[in-house]
Amino acid sequence: MRRYFGRKLLIYGLTFFVAVTINWMIPRFMPGDPVQSMLSRANVAQPAAVEAMRAHYTAMFGLDLPLWQQYLNFWGSLLKGDLGISIWLFPTPVSDVIVRAVPYTLGLLIPSILLSWFAGNRFGAFAARRKWLDNSVLPIGYVLTATPYMWLAILLAWALGIVAGIFPVAGAYGFDLQASWSWTFLGSLAQHWFLPFASLFLVAFGGWAIGMRNMIIYELEADYVNYLRALGAPTRLVRRYAFRNAILPQVTGLALQLGVLVAGALVTEIVFSYPGLGHLILQAIQNQDFFLLQGTFLFIVIGVLIANFIIDVAYVLVDPRTRTGMGGAA
Amino acid sequence: MRNRSRFLIPVLAAGLLSAACSGGSGSSTPTGPAEGAAGGGAAAPADGGAFPRNETLYTSGTQWGPPANWNPLREWDCATGTKGLVYETLFMYDPNTDKFSPWLAESGDWTGDLEYTLKLRKDITWSDGKPFTADDVIFTFELGKMETVPYHPLWSWMKSATKVDDQTIKFSFSTANHQEWANHLYSRAIVPKHLWEGRSEDEVMNGVNEKPVGTGPYAYQSHDQDRMVWIKRDGWWATKALNKDVKPKYIVDIVNSSNEVAMGLLLQKGLDLSNNFLPGIANLVKGSFGIKTFYDQPPYMLSANTTWMWFNTAKKPMDDKEFRKAVAYAIDTKKIVEGVYGNLVKGSDPTGLLPQWDKYVDKNVTSTLGFSYNPDKAKQLLADAGYKDRNGDGLVESPSGAKISLKLIVPAGWTDWMEAARVISSSAKAAGIDIEADFPDYNALVDVRNQGKFDLVLNNDKQLANTPWLYYDYLFRLPVQKLQSTTNYGRYENKRAWELTQQLDQVKPEDIEGMKKVTSELQKIQLEDMPVVPLWYNGLWSQTTNSTWKNWPTSAPNAPKYPPTVWRNWLEMGGTLMLTELQPASGG
Repeated sequence: MRRYFGRKLLIYGLTFFVAVTINWMIPRFMPGDPVQSMLSRANVAQPAAVEAMRAHYTAMFGLDLPLWQQYLNFWGSLLKGDLGISIWLFPTPVSDVIVRAVPYTLGLLIPSILLSWFAGNRFGAFAARRKWLDNSVLPIGYVLTATPYMWLAILLAWALGIVAGIFPVAGAYGFDLQASWSWTFLGSLAQHWFLPFASLFLVAFGGWAIGMRNMIIYELEADYVNYLRALGAPTRLVRRYAFRNAILPQVTGLALQLGVLVAGALVTEIVFSYPGLGHLILQAIQNQDFFLLQGTFLFIVIGVLIANFIIDVAYVLVDPRTRTGMGGAA
Repeated sequence: MRNRSRFLIPVLAAGLLSAACSGGSGSSTPTGPAEGAAGGGAAAPADGGAFPRNETLYTSGTQWGPPANWNPLREWDCATGTKGLVYETLFMYDPNTDKFSPWLAESGDWTGDLEYTLKLRKDITWSDGKPFTADDVIFTFELGKMETVPYHPLWSWMKSATKVDDQTIKFSFSTANHQEWANHLYSRAIVPKHLWEGRSEDEVMNGVNEKPVGTGPYAYQSHDQDRMVWIKRDGWWATKALNKDVKPKYIVDIVNSSNEVAMGLLLQKGLDLSNNFLPGIANLVKGSFGIKTFYDQPPYMLSANTTWMWFNTAKKPMDDKEFRKAVAYAIDTKKIVEGVYGNLVKGSDPTGLLPQWDKYVDKNVTSTLGFSYNPDKAKQLLADAGYKDRNGDGLVESPSGAKISLKLIVPAGWTDWMEAARVISSSAKAAGIDIEADFPDYNALVDVRNQGKFDLVLNNDKQLANTPWLYYDYLFRLPVQKLQSTTNYGRYENKRAWELTQQLDQVKPEDIEGMKKVTSELQKIQLEDMPVVPLWYNGLWSQTTNSTWKNWPTSAPNAPKYPPTVWRNWLEMGGTLMLTELQPASGG
């Protein structure tokens, strides 16, 4: 058991190091100079003043140092928990910007991942081997899972937001409200949350439903099922056994899919101007905000790694075979 | 039959599924949909968190990111309204009438060749109750002694600011740059000495300045990632002194997410004033959507700045003024104005001076030297200067035979400009000049532009202000530095023009004739040398609705004429006065 988790942790540590390094490098390879762009937006009339400001801010962000030193400083301050100061939202610390955005992203991601996984698996299992349901679930599932997140998001925004006018298409809550614990506010929050959630949910739902349906059909033809049937076990019982076996690849699938889901949430947020991390990343790229970009990616990397770890643990719990395997090895 | 039902089932099920999903997930949210519908705008005022619609002014078009600081020295990224609603300026300037009106100041005059005396109003207080005095003004100007404060260069020609009494200040200068000084008088936001004293340079320039204390009509209420909320405060000095009052109790400035969102909010009357550029707004103004603009016919908007096309004069063949002139004649500006903008903008005067500065345009110069779209003339100019098509591809080569292939750069994503760049490219090609439109990322564009590594670039950095001197400073400033970050992107060197520009700076603003004499000479140089081609005037994008607030500025006879905007640095050009003229639509 210790060896299993030790190896996992080592892999996660390595992944973390490489991912963070790449996140540090990529923005620095983009053409342009963030300080110059910031000052260009500042539109200061006097070249002399601009020159002084440029020197000041370049030194302040540490961009005048050689690259290797910037890289070491980056790790140094990262280990101290300092993510730097946002250039775009100067002078807000990056950690503050992220902390404000994270609840929105998690509020979208966690329900949509879990609900789509549960609902997708249930529905897929239910649909398998039921002729007309199967005939409909399969094509719908394929269409949904093949739909790009943003496209479905735009479609939903257009249909339910613009045409039907039921849901708002931008922001996190009504512009006439202030954050508070009133019902009006929570209602508005829920209303703004629904469409981005629905677009994430639907796409993922399709994928899980198809996967589960295929797995169940495969399992229902396995020898142990035939044996159970021959013994005269009720269909419910047979299906329950099949479901338990079929769920295992779906757990692995969840681990693999996490990254895709996060990416999907990012574009969905952009479509709905939902103030989460995805929105931040877009702005950080457009404004060449190195520090914000590093911070958001760092957060996402950590999030995905933690989620994977949880799934690893869960896998050990749901699949007895891994446990016996580990016991034998240790 | 079997086959058909197989095909039909998915379609049917899709409908059922989506219905089931929205119903099912709706119940998983903390409140039902009926509750949520209250967010639409009609929330009861009794509810603690909501802003009553009839007391709230919704604006947008200024912020492109969450409000991050309330520091009036950061004139470019402080929260909308920090300068204007909270911190105020000594004077107001109305660009439409070219008039200065005393604001925090009571009067100001040149009392000597190099001395300016400023009198302040009495009985002005900061929002924390402390009196506003000469010390605050002197303190604010002396902050400019810090190198990173944007108005630091002022101190290269200002010698001192001394207090005579609590209401009087004497400024003395080493050079009397009248035009620039007039600009400082209405652009510098005055900050309270008693709160800012003792702040380090870093805190002054890079401080967040939460809970700003100013002299203006509004105070900080709250903010979030997508909005900035100001609340009206009691005891604004202008109510007593000038009998002016701002009607909206709350101003909610919405952070732009996209122009589509702004358009949607505007149509739903969720927005009273949109300062976004909304393509196609002309159709909505003509229709019955309740959306108004300053003019009810083209160009719909007041003009705010000029889009220029810079030649990199340090490169061949753009170092040849004949070539530059030929390009100027080859550009079909009308097609940009009509085709790209649908008449929301106006074609530029050959001098590039905004319509508000028309009196400084020497019509004698423009009638002889001015240019307009004329491809034949462009071809003629090219031929005369030795640019010929030698290889028969329809595009000219330089007199030495070198191939000419130029790139016009425009930031990616600026769709209207990208379209305009394509028009320029195609009309230049029709005249035989190979110009390709290219769309790098904004940051990359700034980089090559400042370093002088471009061929052609569009730019509109300089906004309307009190003096055309700003435009000539933008065109002719010398010396050319390694990085040209705000002016003279084309690296055009003309000593005479720069001398004249400095000379213009020292003419008193009241001396229109004196200014015209200098601008006429500058226009002659500009049109003879053509270092830059003025293309069109961008509008002061502004769309208003009458559902909650009326009496917006328009061209109608009895309406106010202030610029209808809350853009940064425009509140002191009339934006605040616009707020004082607003009236509730419901008569109450």
